[in-house]
Amino acid sequence: MDDLAVAAVEAALVAGARYADARAMDSRAEVVAARNGVLDAVHRDERTGVGVRALIGSSWGFAAVPDASPAAARAAGERAAAIARASTLVAGPALKLAPVPPAAGRWASECLEDPWSVPLDEKVALLEGVTQVMRDHGATTAEATTRVWETRKWFASSEGARIEQHIRECGGGMSATVVGDGETQRRSYPGIRGQYGTRGWELVREIDLPANAARIADEARALLAAPACPSLEATDLILGGEQMALQIHESVGHAVELDRILGWEAAYAGTSWLDLAELGRLRFGSPLMTITADATLPGALGSFGYDDEGTPAHPVDIVREGVWVGVLSGRDSAAIAGLEPGGAVRADGFNRIPMVRMTNVGLLPGEHTLDEMIAATDDGILMDTNRSWSIDDKRLNFQFGCEIGWEIKGGKRGRLLRNPTYTGISPRFWGSMDMLGNRDEWRIWGTPNCGKGQPGQIGHTGHPAAPARFRGMRVGVRG
Amino acid sequence: MSAPSAPGAASGAAVVARVLALVHDRAAGAEAEVVVRSGTSALTRFANSFIHQNVAEDISHVALRVALDGHVAATSLDGTADDDALARLVGAAFDAAAVSPVDDSWPGVTPPVDVPAVDHWDEATAAVTPDDRARGVAAFVAAAGGLVTAGALSTDAIHTVFANTAGLAAEGRVTLAALDAIARTATSDGVARSSAVAFADIDTRAAGERAAGKARAAADPTDLEPGRYEVVIEPSCVANVVGFLLGYGFGGRAVEEGRSFVRLGEPQLDASLTIRDDVTHVRMAGLGFDPEGTPRLPLDLVRDGVPRAILHDRRTAAKAGTASTGNAMLGANPWGAVPASLVIEPGALSPEALVRDMERGILVSDFWYTRVLDPRTLVVTGLTRNGAWLVEDGRIVRPVRNLRFTQSYVEAIAPGRIRGIGTDQSLLADEDAGSFLVPSLRLGSWNFTGGAKG
Repeated sequence: MDDLAVAAVEAALVAGARYADARAMDSRAEVVAARNGVLDAVHRDERTGVGVRALIGSSWGFAAVPDASPAAARAAGERAAAIARASTLVAGPALKLAPVPPAAGRWASECLEDPWSVPLDEKVALLEGVTQVMRDHGATTAEATTRVWETRKWFASSEGARIEQHIRECGGGMSATVVGDGETQRRSYPGIRGQYGTRGWELVREIDLPANAARIADEARALLAAPACPSLEATDLILGGEQMALQIHESVGHAVELDRILGWEAAYAGTSWLDLAELGRLRFGSPLMTITADATLPGALGSFGYDDEGTPAHPVDIVREGVWVGVLSGRDSAAIAGLEPGGAVRADGFNRIPMVRMTNVGLLPGEHTLDEMIAATDDGILMDTNRSWSIDDKRLNFQFGCEIGWEIKGGKRGRLLRNPTYTGISPRFWGSMDMLGNRDEWRIWGTPNCGKGQPGQIGHTGHPAAPARFRGMRVGVRG
Repeated sequence: MSAPSAPGAASGAAVVARVLALVHDRAAGAEAEVVVRSGTSALTRFANSFIHQNVAEDISHVALRVALDGHVAATSLDGTADDDALARLVGAAFDAAAVSPVDDSWPGVTPPVDVPAVDHWDEATAAVTPDDRARGVAAFVAAAGGLVTAGALSTDAIHTVFANTAGLAAEGRVTLAALDAIARTATSDGVARSSAVAFADIDTRAAGERAAGKARAAADPTDLEPGRYEVVIEPSCVANVVGFLLGYGFGGRAVEEGRSFVRLGEPQLDASLTIRDDVTHVRMAGLGFDPEGTPRLPLDLVRDGVPRAILHDRRTAAKAGTASTGNAMLGANPWGAVPASLVIEPGALSPEALVRDMERGILVSDFWYTRVLDPRTLVVTGLTRNGAWLVEDGRIVRPVRNLRFTQSYVEAIAPGRIRGIGTDQSLLADEDAGSFLVPSLRLGSWNFTGGAKG
């Protein structure tokens, strides 16, 4: 397969490209899903092909072919160059890619138990079992899923890079939905999307779905009878770790994508409220807020050895003690901004163009336990597990809903609250964070469904997060 | 430039036949259905008024579902459909089926049936080149009169071949061209969209002028106090409302599990509202059959405000004791049947007249990042985007900053809530998200719950 990437690059150069890179990829995926105690779907797919990028002047072209033959790879290279030449009809300013030493290397994610070696009937039994338990505990709809991905890719560039990577990812999750009089309630575990990582089946065993099935069904039923989250203009809000992962993803991760900041996503995903002129001095949040983008975290879903431009994975500081100091970038965007390339460019398969994506974007831990946060709160609300998420096209104004809430009175966790929501403006929200979970509370969450780009791409990202407390938040927004 | 290497309809039929033969060799009594999609998808993307991403891919997708003695599994392949790959595809499907428990709700494959003659295809669009798209972008950029522009211009040409072991065979083809782009001032964006079966019907110059005009009209917006306002929502907003309404309320699985608000036969929606799923409409895009081979016949989902039908694939239809409506999705999905080709016929009022009849309200171009808070009540939160304007006494008085809303979509179009339907029926089509042919609507009340800046 390495030969295919090289052939595609060479063909693009012959066709006039001044730079080219290519990824030959061989990947497979599996979804197993159960519903209400019975298997709902077993789906396996495999994808093989070559995607090649060509640069003529300052203009890019990309072509992909679902064909692992040398002739098809060469044709894709020629086609990418032809597309780049068409792009020159509406060309941008001069472009010099930020330099990255051409790498020759191999990388593989750590995998203790190969997910493909786990018998399918064992996976089915696990999922049927937990959904049956949820049904037995009153769930109207009980769903559980495991997913496995395996990707082998060979990268070559006209600068001489030759990289081979083998990445295995897997994980799973479950949810219990109950239908009441006029509304539904849902509880999920470990989170709304489950939990995923660049790991083997050991991750699925660790999250221990069977031990949590009855609990989430019971909680979903209890929520139906719980009072609604009150509508308050300002209260103390404690967010659990899973919701914090979503909060980081939406209001920090996307906001610091350099392609958005430069306007490249203006018509679709949107831009960013951040202005590069303020990099290094803008106060993004409170001094407790230190965020990194680190693709080297072992087992995290946004980890890799090299990004899809051949840049070695490395940690990048994004927010340091509340001050915005870094972005997620690639070789072209970094060059335009005058920054070091961030190694954060990835593609969703051989047939998609590499673009700026989150790696593992998350908080460094603080000093408190969740219990200490609750004890320190006289009057507030604790919310956890994301249920809905909406944020504006500059990543500034958000409104998020959680599956479950608890009243906090006098430093104690009180009664359940249903339909908890909160809303805020990003820098004010992060500026109000005054307590942050410590290393014991800290966990890396995996998000396997980050959408971006045209044509659409699904990204896999990681988010280190811990519970945190925010002061003076508006909660309980209703329709 | 090299010609695309993906197979066309003829080779797609050969692949389908080969897969069914391999299935038969493996287990003569097995049921199977095969879908082969092949063709080319290309998209030219621009920002800051230059082309920054320009892509094309050949598509060769083979999807297989097998059922043997009630054991069901599915596999798919993107790649070279040679004998080795197809043998792996079939083997993986049977291997998975072998360890699957008996699926009591397996409805069987679709029996032979006539498929409607739907051919939303334009030969010239299938031959559009990167240069053609680049020239289209150049015209949009030039027509924006110096404003910064961004957007995407795409063309797709896809053949689909279906066959199953019951003897049903169907073929279809679709071309689709789409422009979705904005012009930008320092304080505003204006949008223009256009979708059509034929690339020649996309007037990028006119779209650039329209986007620039809207951007200038939206410049220097000011805050507006949140609250309940009458609104005129343009077609993309209407597509969003109808998509949620149909996706969450009219799916057979949601009804079966009690998550739907729909009560068939009851006047739950405004009497002026009729919604059809109709891929045969002359302006629509899409295929005449679904991935299970079921014909997609025109279907009244809402007639005069009364829900009349539920969307089904074969599985949910069998459970409900009815027939599939041809709304299955390809591949594994937890949703069941989904809407695909929704039509609301145009009304009698021009967009200008819709605004003129409003005493105090807001004209909204787009909704953005809409998410459901509760699937049963269909309370949705989201924001306005690409321009919103305060209207007083029938006149646009000023642009307003983006607003957040939290609104039940069912209540928004409940009886008495639709005050006008526009003449501006527009096609909003997406290869992934389905197609909507809908006009603007004037609605009696919309709950804005905050400004985008807090």
